Amino acid sequence: MDALFSQLFAGLSLGSVLLLAALGLALTFGQMGVINMAHGEFMMAGAYTAFVLQTFIPDAGVSLLVALPVGFVVGGLLGLLLEVTLISRMYRRPLDTLLVTFGVALVLQQLARDVFGAPNVDVRAPAWLSGAVPFLGMNLPKTRLFILGLAIACVVALSLVLKLTSLGRRIRATVQNRDLAETSGVSTRATDRLTFFVGSGVAGVAGVALTLLGSIGPTLGTNYIVDAFLVVVVGGIGQLKGAVIAAFSLGILQATFEYSTTASLAKVLLFVVIVAFLQVRPQGLVSVRTRSLA
Amino acid sequence: MNPQPESVEPVVPDDAGGLDPEALEQVIAAPGERFRHDYLEIRDLRVVFDGFVAVDGVDLTVTRGDLRFLIGPNGAGKTTIVDAITGLAPATGSVQFGRVELLGKPSHRIVRAGVGRTFQTASVFDELTVLQNLDIAAGAGRGPLTMLRRRRGIPPEVEAALETVGLTKVRDLPAGILAHGQKQWLEIGMLLVQDARLLLLDEPVAGMSQAEREETGLLLQRIGEQRTVVVVEHDMEFLRSFASSVTVLHQGKVLSEGTVAQVQADPRVVEVYLGSGAHGRGRGAAAGDAPATSTGVE
Amino acid sequence: MSAATGPVPGTATPAPWWRRPATRVWAGVAIAAVVLFGLAPALLSDFRLNLLAKFLCLAMVAVGIGLAWGRGGMLVLGQGVFFGIGGYLMAMHMKLSDAGPGAVPDFLLLYGDGVVPGWWEPLRSPVVTILAILVLPAGIAALLGLAVFRRRVRGAYFAILSQALAAAFAILLVGQQKVTGGTNGLNGFRSFFGYDLADPVNKRMLYFIAAGVLIAMVVIVRLLMSSRYGELLVAVRDQENRVRFLGYDPANVKVVAYAIAACFAGIGGALFAPVVGIISPADVGVIPSIGFLVGVAIGGRATLLGPVLGAVAVSWAETGLSEQFPSFWTYFQGALFILVVAFLPQGFASLGGLWRRRRAAGAPAPDDPPVGSGPDAARELASTDAADGAAQEAADAARTAGRNA
Repeated sequence: MDALFSQLFAGLSLGSVLLLAALGLALTFGQMGVINMAHGEFMMAGAYTAFVLQTFIPDAGVSLLVALPVGFVVGGLLGLLLEVTLISRMYRRPLDTLLVTFGVALVLQQLARDVFGAPNVDVRAPAWLSGAVPFLGMNLPKTRLFILGLAIACVVALSLVLKLTSLGRRIRATVQNRDLAETSGVSTRATDRLTFFVGSGVAGVAGVALTLLGSIGPTLGTNYIVDAFLVVVVGGIGQLKGAVIAAFSLGILQATFEYSTTASLAKVLLFVVIVAFLQVRPQGLVSVRTRSLA
Repeated sequence: MNPQPESVEPVVPDDAGGLDPEALEQVIAAPGERFRHDYLEIRDLRVVFDGFVAVDGVDLTVTRGDLRFLIGPNGAGKTTIVDAITGLAPATGSVQFGRVELLGKPSHRIVRAGVGRTFQTASVFDELTVLQNLDIAAGAGRGPLTMLRRRRGIPPEVEAALETVGLTKVRDLPAGILAHGQKQWLEIGMLLVQDARLLLLDEPVAGMSQAEREETGLLLQRIGEQRTVVVVEHDMEFLRSFASSVTVLHQGKVLSEGTVAQVQADPRVVEVYLGSGAHGRGRGAAAGDAPATSTGVE
Repeated sequence: MSAATGPVPGTATPAPWWRRPATRVWAGVAIAAVVLFGLAPALLSDFRLNLLAKFLCLAMVAVGIGLAWGRGGMLVLGQGVFFGIGGYLMAMHMKLSDAGPGAVPDFLLLYGDGVVPGWWEPLRSPVVTILAILVLPAGIAALLGLAVFRRRVRGAYFAILSQALAAAFAILLVGQQKVTGGTNGLNGFRSFFGYDLADPVNKRMLYFIAAGVLIAMVVIVRLLMSSRYGELLVAVRDQENRVRFLGYDPANVKVVAYAIAACFAGIGGALFAPVVGIISPADVGVIPSIGFLVGVAIGGRATLLGPVLGAVAVSWAETGLSEQFPSFWTYFQGALFILVVAFLPQGFASLGGLWRRRRAAGAPAPDDPPVGSGPDAARELASTDAADGAAQEAADAARTAGRNA
């Protein structure tokens, strides 16, 4: 029983990291169809933001709380810059966007290497996140709980934005029918930019959160980007709900596989499961049906 | 999926030639025996998208030699029926052609059962030449060895189809630079060489000039003598000139069926579709109000 | 192709033989053969020649990518997997035969329990090894392709899945250190099918094998492209659904191209291992897998020789630049990706075509519109020949915008 619960918690914890990494993609890839390989590097930028802030703010707790919004802005601005300079020219060529943003990712990684050095660096965790919370005979690390909470908070915040604000309405309108939205007075250009800003900002937040789990380095993003995309593929595009379910399912599955085999075999098994799953639901868990013939 | 850029000017000379119905005989001249059981029989067809009933219990029978037009206001379910027949929309009920059940088969198998279709927007392979387009359409039954070899010469049915749709002179041009009407003809040519016995045409004359419509209509009539043809069309004048029978759809159901005159006289049709002003008018007058009707329908 | 199979009645006279696309392609292949078999061995030092052999192995992967991506529209982001399978199979065979019959290779003693796992055993036989190299990558690609394409998973989804496969494969190699050598990979091969790899003559022989195999691959792709299958593949790339409604199953069409690309990548990897002397997870993961695409994108994805030239040029530049300025190379590679894909999607091949077309249309109307109107332009437009840059460029202009979707 204990083993089961600790597996479940390990899965949820892994899932929350996946979710944080994938949430921004669910916006940019899911809603706009842009495959942004530099998304992982935006996470890295968020992580290094936390690292830099810590040199200015001595208190680790305050520094972390400041880093979350600042990381959002840093990631968001990077995303905005990318959208305006490159992606906006390529909306009709999604696969080429993938390659271009991969180029951007390479450049950003090397930039981090040149600025911060190739070796990994550590960000101190605040005192109030050290230790663990006893629960049903298990010790749940506070950092893990914090990330789980942060992921849930991000999901709630994003879905509120999508449901209630005018930006959300414009995003949904643009996703469902770009031309109609345009002719109805929605500036799809402005909407694209804002969506990209928010999506990339969430990547920055995810990066800040990752500093709690270990040391960070220039390749931080590469380690998460593939898994994050898989979450969106399994979740289906168009709704956040799918990404949430997919992130936690994949997290729990991977934790289970890792428990019963090895970490490296778990990856392969997970891949097989995903391909098998796509046999049943090629459009992912949740899909918005359209009438387009293509 | 593949919007055409409006700016591409056709580079095809004007004398590229019109349709050649004579050549049609070479393509479709087949022993009538083959087509004896060719009729489309749809029973209780239902298509539901996420709770929205797009097609609601449609029965439809189209026999060989008929040139059936499906009309109806937007959202009546015309294109959805075509989608359902060709396996593109999930449907329940029964669709049989030549005594073969089509529902539940994957699209390419339905096509191999003798069903061919076109799309609202002409979809040809822009980068391939006209000849290559037709050659691909003719080749679904080819074995792997033939596929892996180069094409030597022009298959006779392709040659005849080129003549039929009047594209012989432009056969080596990429299909992407053809004029809009020529693309539609190319699509019809592809249906002919793929040996479709049931032809489902979705707005085949959209964007064509008056003269081109005439030619297309005559060609469809000729094809309809041999094969089963279903046309989804908005153009009322075209319908009046060439339809041998009409099915009117409204909100996913069959509203009326019969000859053009019968349908036009049906008060229910007049009410939902043609507008009360059209009631009782003869064919001559109808041509005059066609543009107004068309815009009302779009 | 049109010009080669027959003149167009009434629209244009047949092109003189030296301007026919087919002639140009075979001339290109002949020049490549002369350069690879004649000039390069005569001019390059043994070290440089070995380096060139390595580039040729990478170019083999590029030829396959050109077919699957350029012609078939499948963005294959995980070719490192097939490259790695080929490489590890060959490496394993070399380690086993270095160790001698029945003996255990050094790395298994170092990391593992000193026993050759049962599934490595068959690789002691050279025949089994070669068969496995030819069949295994293609088979895995066919399986994955069938599973994915039949369910109409394509475009970005397929790209992401193929990438995930590469990621999982690299992680598996690192994780199973006991049987794969882990991060260090397999290295220190002494012989290649009994030939001593320390002997420069045998190194040269490896180079000639690589050159011959590469040219054979180019010829195979050229024949495929001009076959009916090649036309069908382009049709599937541009309008998959339309092909379905002509009675074909597009999944089968795509699987063939994907499997061939995988097979080529596997062969490339199998030759890479003896040429370079090492195969490791660093050669097969996500980053090298995307790296394969740089050369293809630069050379022109839909052309025949473009991927080869692009791959060799990029590898050459990498070797030269990364030795002297390691960080500059990464910036350069990133910038290449960005500039070429964003602003020159058909690669540098399209530049040549642009120039040729201007010259051809030059005299009567210098400011011809992108889609030419003369018979000459029309004929060039009609050609879908792979290496014909002019047709590529013109077709590009005529192409619909959503083609790459």
